[in-house]
Parts: sequence; structure tokens; C-alpha cells
Amino acid sequence: MARAVTTQRKAINTAIAWIVGLLIFFPILWTILTSFKTEAEAIANPPVFLFFDWTLENYGVVQERSNYMRFLWNSVFLAGGSTLLGIIIAVPAAWSMAFVPSKRTKDILLWMLSTKMLPAVGVLYPIYLLCIRLGVLDNRFALVVVLMLINLPIIVWMLYTYFKEIPGEILEAARMDGAGLKEELLYVLTPMAVPGIASTILLNFILAWNEAFWTLNLTSVDAAPLTAFIASYSSPEGLFFAKLSAASTMAIAPILILGWFSQKQLVRGLTFGAVK
Amino acid sequence: MSTKRVLCATTALVLTATAATAQDTTITIATVNNGDMIRMQGYTDQFTEETGIAVEWVTLEENVLRQRVTTDITTNGGQFDIMTIGMYETPIWGANGWLVPLDGLSEEYNVEDILPAMRGGLSHDGTLYAAPFYGESSMVMYRTDLMEEAGLEMPDAPTWEFIREAAAAMTDRDAGINGICLRGKPGWGEGGAFITAMSNSFGARWFDMDWQAQFDTQEWADTLNFFNDMMQESGPDGFETNGFNENLSLFQQGLCGMWIDATVAASFVTNPDDSEVADSVGFALAPDNGLGVRSNWLWAWALAIPAGTQQQDAALQFIEWATSSDYIELVAENEGWANVPPGARTSLYENPNYIEVPFAQMTLDSILSADPNNSTVEESPYVGVQFAAIPEFAGIATEVSQEFSNAYAGQQTIEEALERAQAITNEAMEAAGYQ
Amino acid sequence: MATQSSRSAARIMMAPAVFVLLVWMLVPLCMTLWFSFRDYRPLRGGDLGFVWFDNFVRFVTSSSFWPAIFTTLLIVGGVLLVSIIFGVLLAMLLDQPMWGQGVVRILVIAPFFVMPTVSALVWKNMFMDPTNGLFAHLWRAFGADPVVWLSDVPIFSLILIISWQWLPFATLILLTAFQSLDSEQLEAAEMDGASPLARFFYIALPHLSRAITIVILIQTIFLLAVFAEIFVTTGGAFGTRTLTYLIYQRVLESQNVGLGSAGGVYAIILANIVAIFLMRIVGKNLDR
Repeated sequence: MARAVTTQRKAINTAIAWIVGLLIFFPILWTILTSFKTEAEAIANPPVFLFFDWTLENYGVVQERSNYMRFLWNSVFLAGGSTLLGIIIAVPAAWSMAFVPSKRTKDILLWMLSTKMLPAVGVLYPIYLLCIRLGVLDNRFALVVVLMLINLPIIVWMLYTYFKEIPGEILEAARMDGAGLKEELLYVLTPMAVPGIASTILLNFILAWNEAFWTLNLTSVDAAPLTAFIASYSSPEGLFFAKLSAASTMAIAPILILGWFSQKQLVRGLTFGAVK
Repeated sequence: MSTKRVLCATTALVLTATAATAQDTTITIATVNNGDMIRMQGYTDQFTEETGIAVEWVTLEENVLRQRVTTDITTNGGQFDIMTIGMYETPIWGANGWLVPLDGLSEEYNVEDILPAMRGGLSHDGTLYAAPFYGESSMVMYRTDLMEEAGLEMPDAPTWEFIREAAAAMTDRDAGINGICLRGKPGWGEGGAFITAMSNSFGARWFDMDWQAQFDTQEWADTLNFFNDMMQESGPDGFETNGFNENLSLFQQGLCGMWIDATVAASFVTNPDDSEVADSVGFALAPDNGLGVRSNWLWAWALAIPAGTQQQDAALQFIEWATSSDYIELVAENEGWANVPPGARTSLYENPNYIEVPFAQMTLDSILSADPNNSTVEESPYVGVQFAAIPEFAGIATEVSQEFSNAYAGQQTIEEALERAQAITNEAMEAAGYQ
Repeated sequence: MATQSSRSAARIMMAPAVFVLLVWMLVPLCMTLWFSFRDYRPLRGGDLGFVWFDNFVRFVTSSSFWPAIFTTLLIVGGVLLVSIIFGVLLAMLLDQPMWGQGVVRILVIAPFFVMPTVSALVWKNMFMDPTNGLFAHLWRAFGADPVVWLSDVPIFSLILIISWQWLPFATLILLTAFQSLDSEQLEAAEMDGASPLARFFYIALPHLSRAITIVILIQTIFLLAVFAEIFVTTGGAFGTRTLTYLIYQRVLESQNVGLGSAGGVYAIILANIVAIFLMRIVGKNLDR
């Protein structure tokens, strides 16, 4: 980026980018603002922006109705657990695909992606019956496995594209020095792959956090995450914009904060091999 | 680490997790996110104190709840010890043997006190399968001030013609006031329920005695045309997306002259905390067309015990507590008589405190005038006012009401909508082996 | 060249992933296939025996089938189009030097973190509600009649909601691609007098083609399965019934698991047709 840029042009860029950015972000901002209003202010016309009586009442009402912390903990557990398990299974697979490619590697990779295309509603009954048979309905561990399986193809693929960018010569050199498979993985590959693995973890965590079909249908109490929490606020009686906003804010805040802090990582890492 | 050890560790973890929850008796209740149920959750602690039984709530929006509990009951999943279901599901599930019969209710609970209409609708072959938490019919709620301004007077039992006239007279587009707000939202429990109940008063029915769909009849065409014309004249913009909740919020904001909907809404529109028009709401019976059948429905949200539960006794204890007269008094004490769950017990309507509530008598009259066994002008083979109590109905009626809503939105004509409704219904009924 | 031993080691390392996915694919698939040949209606007493291809015929001859396919393709195509066009523009914008780049980037990618149910609820109620929604307020402020978004322009509204969620993802991937664009090449082209438009079409766009294919592939997988957004907003009415939603209605609303399973088989076939089509392009692009 050695091009000289005039201050004027930079200012124009900044202005446009900020306007567009705020526009895209606006629905979230509006939701957060509304969550601090009273129900009457939430629907006021003309809408009030900042100058209203800020209140925490809605959060109180929502918390009274449902135990937020339990839902939150389940969300963290499910998203974290499934990501961890997925990484453990996917790293070796992606490694071998990237460094010991065979004729069928690409086919296997594409086949893995195609398993994601099975429509979830179509297999609800089979999976539900299976869970009953195995006695794992409303079980966190079972849901961790399900979420892992849903996202595994994406993880494998993402990791594969990172690993492929690691030059093979380095491995050759390591092998010459007598490094075994284990050393190769631990000391050569892992450090180089850390940024890729980190952004894979992030993306997978987000996807697992937001998965709303299985997490809703296979849980009731013990394993219910925030997606189930929000399902009780869709259409209560009467005015509910403020309460809905409070519940929504509570459901998305943790992941939003995580996303913000790791934004750089995500921007750097989310390439899927698109960069060459 | 060996695989064995991992397995052991996992099993141990799972076991501790299960053990932790199974310490005391805990029952899991699936319920809908309606105001009265949410209030009930608030009082659960009292129940736990009295009985030592802990309660876990799974509160879901109506459509999600249906999806969740139906999957669970049909597969015998055993996820819930109590399910909140309606008058449609109860007899069907009861007939399939999926619900525990409620014949072990105690003496002081006094089953006989439950309104006969409710008891009938929640029974199959004379056995009660669910206890009503609250019951409802539908009625006209109107703004007395606007009615007066229009120079009209609402009779206790209006006709559709009068409603339409009054709606046109009350409409003031500049002030944003719609003469009438009705449900047009797709879904069998939303717009589908309303139009079916309305069609009864126009002499229409879903099926003839041979289970042939009847959407090709003049009665259905009249119903839909009347509804659509009236709503285009005096209804709110986008009424085809308005359901119970949307209309409630419109009415509470003072944007509707009249609203024909569930009787339970009466306590919300007369509550000054939520409603801007609380002090000027009048009530009347749902309209008719002079054919001897009114357009009000009958519904109850009820608590039932799925046959797969391990906690039958605790569940029964909870149902007795939540649907008892004592619970009603508990709520009355804390929140006033207007906010108790209505429509379930005869004694409530004999209570001098309650009968003073402005909508109490009209609610009772509405409930009493709905007859699920005899809901249509011409004879019909099904039970139910705003639904037909057969398993296929929910699926069919949702699709049919979607066609209707498409017509309200102007995406197709009323005739086209009825033609499609006829085809959808006959297709499904044939597949189900009725024809 | 990989040795024989590293080959077998590779196979062992791949085995767990392949195995679990195989189970995850085959078990539900076989059960779905089994159900699709049977008259399975839970509310009518459960499994009522074989009906062979009846379910398949019934599903495909139902008047809702072809409109559902059409709607599915329309929504998937619409969202792809929006997220790629605006994604490229946004990525280009974000690639420019500016003050507060990090913050703007956060603002732009934030919708990706919002769960689909929440975003559908927020859009439906707080923005698209014809009486109290923000859009209605805005329209009235300009003296116009509020639009009833979900019934007047239902497909557009859905595409808007879903695009809002997926635009950040497209932007992110395209942005990384832009950042790797050789600026010297661009400068050289500029010196040679190539117009900005020509520079975009002849240098930037070819460079992006790989990123665009990846966006298409991944988003299509997710978009074919879109459910929560429709469930919350229109419930499949007003011509928004996609194939996924039609299957939902058959399985859960009509409680006809056999018929729904047949629909599931069709959905798998459709997904695979789209997939093969996509893979062809991606495969070619990935090999470059």
C-alpha cells in the first residue's frame, strides 16, 4: 500500500464508509437502544433516539421469566464443546488431505460439504427417534456431537485450505532432520497453522452459537441454549418491542462482544483459500 | 490416555449430571408464552414450598410449542411431565392413548365445577384428559366513545350487517383509526380460526357428511367476500399479517373501533397499565347473520400429562394446584379480580367479586353460546367450532388460511383462493383415506 | 513424494472425520428413505405399512411443489446476488485507507453474529411492522402510505433480511481477497491509462473470482436450508414457501412423516444438483 493518498480522498472514504457501516449496524444499535426504553417509547412516532428515560426494567422482566445464566452457560458449553471436538477430529484429517493428497482427496472434501445439504426438517423424526432410543434427548453431550457433525465439513475445509498454503518444503526439511510424524505436527505445522486454526475456531463457534433448529428441537431444560431462550419472546401479548429487544440483546451480546474482540483475527483468517 | 479411561470419565460426567437433576422431584412443564401462563410461573415458588416439588419451565411461542410437544408426544420422547395443549389436540391425543386420564383428581378439586363446555371439549369418550387453565370464546370489543361519536349504539347481540356499518362509520383514516380490526394472519390458530368461526354464522362448513370439502359453496364465497370487503373498507393496512397479538396492540393504542377476538383479551384492553383506551371499552356477543349460529369460537389452554412421564403423581399435583379455585383466589389477591385466568370454572362466575368485572358476564354468555358438537347451520361430521377435531385439520387449515391471506393481500382473487382451498383440502382428505 | 507409511498414516488420520460424517449422513439418510416408502402418520397410529412410491408421487404432484422449488431458487439466487454485488462494493470501500477502519469493519461484520431467529424477529417487528415499525414511521414522515412489507413484497423482504445476515460473511472473504491484490499491477495499469472501471473488470474481478466462488458455495449450502427466517416472518404464506418449508409443513404441521420424508429425498436431490453444478465451478477454481 505504497500509494500516496490525499487527505481529501481519505476523508471522503471515511465519511462514506462510516455511513455505510452505521447503516448496516443500525438494526443492532436500534435493538440495543430500544431495550432500554419503556414499551410506549419503543413504538413512539416520531421515534426517540437517545433522549428517553433509560430504564433497565425490561431486563428485569426478562430475567424474572427465564434463568438467563443457565441458557448462556449452555450456549457456551455447546458452542465451545462442539468447536473443540470438531477441531480435534478435523486437524488430522485436514493435515493429511493437505500434505498427503491422493486422487480422491478433492472428492472426499466435496462429499463432506455435501453432507451439509441434508435438510434438517426432513430428518427431524429419524434423529429424534434415534435420540430417544439412545436416551440422549436434552443431553448436552449429545448436542455437542450433533453440532460438531453439522459444522465438521466447514472446519475440515477451512483448515485444509490453510494447511495447503504451508509450503511443503518446510516439511521435507523437517523430515530430513529426522522429525517424526509427531514432531512434524507439534513443532513445525502447529505454529504455522495457529492463525488459521484460531479463525476456524471463531467461525465455528459463531455458527454453533447461532444454530437454531437442533438446539431447539432436541432440548427442553438441561441443555437448552440461548436459541431456546429467545423462542419464548416471539409473540407475547400486547406491546413487546422493548422486552423483545432486551431478550434479543441478551441473546446476541456475548457473541457480539467476542466477535468484536477477535475481529482482526477473523478478518485475517476467513479466507477459505480464496487468497493466492 | 486410553480410550477406556475417556469413556469412563465421560460416563461419570453424564451420571453426575443426571444425578444432580434427579435429587428431588422435579417436573418439567412445556407451556405457551401467554400472559396468564407467565403469571403462573411467577407463583411456582409457592407450589414448590407447599409440596416440595420443583418445577422447570419450558416456555415457548405458540407455534414452536406445538412443534415441540407434538414431536415429543408422537414419538413418546418423555421430555415433559406436563404439556400445555388446546381443545384441538386434547381429544385426538386422548383417543390415541397418549395422555394420562385425569380421573384421579381429588374431592376438593371439584371437577364438576369446570364449565361443562370446557370439560366436554377436553374429553374423549367422556374421560377428561386435560384440565383447563383458562378458557375463552370470542366476542366484540368496541370503543364506546367512538361508537357514540358515530351516533350508533351497539346491541348486545349485533348482526354482521350492523358491524360492517358501524365499522365504516367509525373509520377515520386521517386519525389512523380503523373501524374494525380482525385476524387475517395465516395459520389455523390465527386467521384460520377466525374465518372458520365466522363462516359458521354464514351457514358454511368445512365438510359435508361425506367429508367432502365445501369451499365451492356460495356460503364460503359470501363469508370471504364479506370479510375481505369489510376489512378493505374499514380495516387496518396489512390486516393480512395481523394476528391476535398485532390486533391487541393496535386496540390498546386506540387505533381500532372494534375488535372481535378472544374473550381473554378483555382483561388486557381494560388494564390501564397497558391500554390507552382502558376506560372506554364495551363488549357484545360475536355477530351473527340471522341463521341461528353466532360467530364465536370455543377454546381452552389446558394442562395435560403425557403417558410417557415418570412423574405422574407430581404432575397431577401441579395440575390440581394450577387449575384450582385456590389458584384463582391467589391471583385475585395479588393482582385483582380482573386478572385471574378466566373461563374455566363455574364458581368464578358465581363469585360476587368477579361478576362485577365489566367483561365477566359477556365472557360467560359467549362461552355458553358456543357448542362444539353443533357448530354449523347444516349438519357436519366433525366436532369443534373454529376447527374440526381430526388430526389432519391443522395441516390443511394452515395451508387453506395461507391461500385466504394471499387473497386478502391481493395476490389472488377470492375465487382463486377458494378453488385452491377446495383442491388442497380434498387432496389431503383423500390421502388420509376419508374419501 | 509421500512415502507408503505416511500414506497409511494419512489414511488413519482422516478416518475419524470420514467415519463420523459417514454415519451422520447414512443413518438419517437411510431412515429418511425408509420412511419415505412408508405410510407413516404419527397421529394416525404411526407406521401403517409400505406405500412404495405413493409419497413421492403425491409430493411432486401437489400444487405446492413447483412454486416451492421456484421460491427456493429465487431466494437463494437473490441473496447470492445481493451479497456478492454489495460484498464486492463494501470490500472495495473497506480496503481504502480511512480513519477508524477497525471500527467500521466491526460495524459491517456485526450482523453475522446475530442468530437468525433474533434477526428475523427484529426486522419483522421493529422495522417492517406496518403500524409501529420504523419503516412505517419513516414512510409516514414523508407522507407516503406505509408498505406492508411481509405481504406486499414478501420475497424482497426475506431477501433483505437474509442478505443482511450474510453480507458480512461475503464482505469478509472478499476483503481478504482484495487485500492480496497486487497493488503494483493496479498502479501499472493506471499509468497505462486504464480507466478505473477497466481496472476493476480486467484486474480486480478476475482476481476475486476464486473468492466469489467460495462465497457462492458456502452461502448456497446455508441458504438452501433457510428456515427460521421464514418461520418467524411469514410462516410460508404470501408465496414464501420454500422446499425446506414445504417439508416442514408436511412433517410437522400435517404430521405426515412419510410424505415429508419423500420431500426430504427430493430436497437432497435438489441440493446435490446444485452442489454438482457448484462443485464443477469451484473444483475448477480451486485447482488453479
